Amino acid sequence: MSFYTFMGSVEQGLVYAVMVLGVYLTFRVLDFPDLTVDGTLPLGAAVTGSLMLQGWDPFTSLGMAMLAGALAGCVTGFLATKLRIMSLLASIITMTALYSINIRIMGRPNLALLNQTTIFDALAVPAIPRFLLTPLIFLAVAGGCKLVLDLFLHTHLGLALRGTGDNPQMIRSQGVSTDNMILIGVSLSNALVALAGGLVAQSQGFADVGMGIGTIVAGLASVILGESLVGKESVLRQTLSAIVGSLVYRFAIVVALSYQVGFLRLTPSDLNLITAVLVVVCLTIPMLRKRMRWKRA
Amino acid sequence: MLQITNLRKVFNEGSINEMVAIRSINCLVEKGDFITVIGSNGAGKSTLLNLVAGTFTPNEGDIFISGERVTHWPEHRRAAYIGRVFQNPLSGTCATMTIEENFALAGNRGKKPGLRWGVTRRDHKAFQEKIRLLGLGLEYRLKDRVGLLSGGQRQSLTLLMATLQRPRILLLDEHTAALDPPTAAQVLKLTQELIQEMGLTSIMVTHNMRHALELGNRLVMMHGGKIILDVAGEEKRRLTVQDLLNEFAKLKGDAVADDKMLLI
Repeated sequence: MSFYTFMGSVEQGLVYAVMVLGVYLTFRVLDFPDLTVDGTLPLGAAVTGSLMLQGWDPFTSLGMAMLAGALAGCVTGFLATKLRIMSLLASIITMTALYSINIRIMGRPNLALLNQTTIFDALAVPAIPRFLLTPLIFLAVAGGCKLVLDLFLHTHLGLALRGTGDNPQMIRSQGVSTDNMILIGVSLSNALVALAGGLVAQSQGFADVGMGIGTIVAGLASVILGESLVGKESVLRQTLSAIVGSLVYRFAIVVALSYQVGFLRLTPSDLNLITAVLVVVCLTIPMLRKRMRWKRA
Repeated sequence: MLQITNLRKVFNEGSINEMVAIRSINCLVEKGDFITVIGSNGAGKSTLLNLVAGTFTPNEGDIFISGERVTHWPEHRRAAYIGRVFQNPLSGTCATMTIEENFALAGNRGKKPGLRWGVTRRDHKAFQEKIRLLGLGLEYRLKDRVGLLSGGQRQSLTLLMATLQRPRILLLDEHTAALDPPTAAQVLKLTQELIQEMGLTSIMVTHNMRHALELGNRLVMMHGGKIILDVAGEEKRRLTVQDLLNEFAKLKGDAVADDKMLLI
């Protein structure tokens, strides 16, 4: 693997870490499996891209992407809590709707953002080459998101949110509306995912309606990978594990794609298959470990 | 304090699984009352508590707390007035959160959770003082996850949490039934102390007749979704286990069928 491919995987790992933090928030904190993210990632890209093409500032367009993501999350939350649709189904419904909405926003299935001033141009420092600058910016964003999330999850609202995923009956008996917590949590999560989408669009120079496929599976794989490496004893560790998991996941993908297995050479289109297998392996390892321990005992 | 009028709760109404849990209940709970509730399985004791707490909404009738009609208030809104301890010792706390974080949730009961810091240094001190009263050594483990604690420890914490913010009504749903006898006795003692010291209006469901007789100033016996016996004061003090058994045999028209009723 060349140095540039390595830096590329670090860059990807850091930008998608923002998405993984969002997935962590729903999947682990709220215990609300949310597939909306497959639609929110391209939503973030679409909103950012369209606004930039209309001459908006690249930072403000990222903010608007987050707002759009939060709105999408709000819809899923509304379907799940007020209309009592099963959480998984509610998120699939929103995700499906977002496909059409994303094309509406862009006016076509994809946008090229060539010659647009991105945040990377705005933050460019002559002394730092681009291949270092981009990962550094992504590191700052992912680290910032982790920090804000860490602080948030220790406020009263954050405690109520964590409790909602842990023991909803107890949380209701403490006077907190679990419905509201789900609405807030899912919105926040999708805002993060949309931010990741916007950042990806700006760094790659395009937005595509299909770029979100497999987001949730990649997110879950990263969360689970991270937890098995970093542990999940505290909130700080869990958010760190989301970032580490994302890095390791992207790195593993690059490695998998750069080797030939027998006559088979993996291509980027095999990515979803690899990820699916990876998630199954990650999910079953704890169970297998337990069984091994029993046998030894 | 708590007024219940013509309350009726039917599960799966209109289907073949229809089950009348509460047939018709009228009850006035005075301020400072400590009521023990007994009855066989399926008598409607837990359903009654769930109706008061707002976990279920009744089919008919009304519930008033301090004169306010709360019949259709959602559970989380009513929680501002109600402290609750469940039968399952794991139900009252969040296992993945620390002791102090659980206490912070309880300390904020009935208020909107905002962006204030969850556990301040002052909170930590205050919680520590409270928890010291348990005498379980938990005051040094405030940053431990609750999932690491035993059922008895968790139930003691739940009880303390339910009274952290003075509730207008304390609901105890067989909260010692799942604990081993020595732990159950300890939790029961704590219950009695807390209720006495704070002068709390409380309703305690129990399967243990002796507990029902020893604790509280008023005893209610339920059967088939109705209150079949309601004694208070001097009359309750004279009541014996045998009286209760006789009462049961008489009112049911047959021998006590449920062996759980025979826990003495």
